Amino acid sequence: MNIPSDLLYSKEHEWAKIEGDIATIGITDFAQGSLGDITFVELPKVGAKVEQFANVGVIESVKTVSDLYTPLGGEIVEVNSAIDADPAALNNDPYGAGWLIKIKLAEPAQAKALLDAAAYTGIAHD
Amino acid sequence: MTSERRTALYDEHLALHARMVPFGGFSMPVQYAGILKEHAAVRQRAGLFDLSHMGQFILEGDDVAAWADGLAINEVATMKPFQARYNIFCNPEGGAHDDVIFYRLPDRWLLVVNASNADKMWAHLNAQKRGDVRLRSLHGDAALIAIQGPLALSMLQKNVDIDLSAIKYYFCAEARVDGVPVTLARTGYTGEDGFEIFLPGDRAPAIWRALLAAHAGEGLEACGLGARDVLRLEAGMPLYGHEMTEEITPVQAGLTWALKLAKPAFVGKEALARQLEEDTFARIVGLKMGGRVGAREGYPVFAGETRVGEIRSGSIAPAVGNANIATALVDRSAATIGTNLQVEVRGERHDAAVVAMPFYKRPKV
Repeated sequence: MNIPSDLLYSKEHEWAKIEGDIATIGITDFAQGSLGDITFVELPKVGAKVEQFANVGVIESVKTVSDLYTPLGGEIVEVNSAIDADPAALNNDPYGAGWLIKIKLAEPAQAKALLDAAAYTGIAHD
Repeated sequence: MTSERRTALYDEHLALHARMVPFGGFSMPVQYAGILKEHAAVRQRAGLFDLSHMGQFILEGDDVAAWADGLAINEVATMKPFQARYNIFCNPEGGAHDDVIFYRLPDRWLLVVNASNADKMWAHLNAQKRGDVRLRSLHGDAALIAIQGPLALSMLQKNVDIDLSAIKYYFCAEARVDGVPVTLARTGYTGEDGFEIFLPGDRAPAIWRALLAAHAGEGLEACGLGARDVLRLEAGMPLYGHEMTEEITPVQAGLTWALKLAKPAFVGKEALARQLEEDTFARIVGLKMGGRVGAREGYPVFAGETRVGEIRSGSIAPAVGNANIATALVDRSAATIGTNLQVEVRGERHDAAVVAMPFYKRPKV
C-alpha cells in the first residue's frame, strides 16, 4: 500500500498536501482500495467555505457510497473537474490525477490535528 | 472475532488476494482484481466463481416429487431426467422462504438454496417431511464452482469427458472434470452461457487451480460476489432478500411464470392466486436513472410528490452503457413501462424511468 511520506492524513483516509496556504486533498490508496471501482464523485462548489472534518462530498463505487470529508477547513478554490469523466483516476492514481479539491486554508494550525505517514500507516488496515 | 465458515476454496481466494467479506455465514470473496474488470471478463470471455456457500441438499425417496410439488410453486414431478428448474418455496401468505433450483438426477434430486436461507430451508424441509423422503445436507462440505461467459463452454470442454454442447440450457449431466466425478449443469446467475460444477469439497481446490491455469491465457478470471451481483442485476435476475422476501411475493417480483396454479395444492397457493386476481399489489420494476447518481437499496421513489415505493437493488451497469440501473418495489399505478419517477438520493430527487427487464440480454450466437 502506498502512503507517501510527504503528505498528511486524516483518520477518515483522506490525504492533504500543504503548499503555502493552499492544501490539495484526496483520498488515500487504502481508501480507494476499500471502496473498489469508483464510478461517480460529487464535489463541493468552488467558493464554498468548509469547516475542518466537514462532509464535503460523496464517492460512489460499484458496491458502496461513502462520504468525503475534508481534513482541513477553508475556502474551496479548485475542484478536479477531470474526475467526472474519469472517476477511475481515483483508483489508478489517488495521490496524483485522482486529487479532488484544493482549499485555501482558514487556519494553517489545523494541520496539527492530522497524522503523518508513520501514524497513518498504523490505521490503514481492515 | 469472526465465526464465518470457510468454503473448500478459502485458501485459493487468499492466494489470489481476494477481498473477503462475510456472506451467508461464510467468508467469501467479494472481489479479486476489481468488480468492473471481473464483470468485463464474464461478459466478454469467462469468469470462475466459488459458490460453495450455497446450500446443497440431496433429496431421495419415491415421494420426493409429489411432496415437493405440495411445497413449492413451480412443478417438480414433470421434470425430465437431468432437467434443472427454478422454483420458489412460499409461506402461507405467499411471501417467499427462498428461491431455489431443483436438479433431477437419475437416483436423487439436488436442491440448491441460497446461502443466507440454508438453515431456514433445512429446518423447513425437515419440518414438512413425510412419506418416503430422505434429506441429506451437503452444505459447507460439497463445493460449487461456476464458469460463466461466452467462452465458458469452449474452455470447460477441454477439461471434461463429455460433449458439453449436448447439454441444453437448464439441463445437467454427470461427467468428469480432470478425472473428478461431478455433476455439471448448464445453469447460472450472470445472464451469460455457462456451467455450474457440483463436486466434492476436497477435490475443488485442484479443479479450481486447473481451470484457472488452463484458461488464464484466454482470459478466464476469478470473479467475486461483487461482480456476480452486478451481472445478475443487469440480467434482471432476482436476489432473495432484495426483489423477493418473506413479505415480497413471487407475484410481486414478476415471477408469475414460475407459479403453477394448475397444481392441486401447495403452500401459498390461495394467497398468490388472490393477489394475482386482485392485481392491486405493489410490484418490482426496473428503473434506469437519468444521470450519474446511483440508486441504492432503501432509497425512496416518488411520482411527483407522492411516495410510491423504494429501491431494492441498484448498481452501475457496464453492459447497459454505464447507466445506473435499479429495481424498485412500487405501487401498481407507478409500474407501467415508460413512467417517469424520481429517486431521492441524499435529499435530492433524481429522474428515473421505468424500463423493461432484463436490462441486458446476451447477444444471440
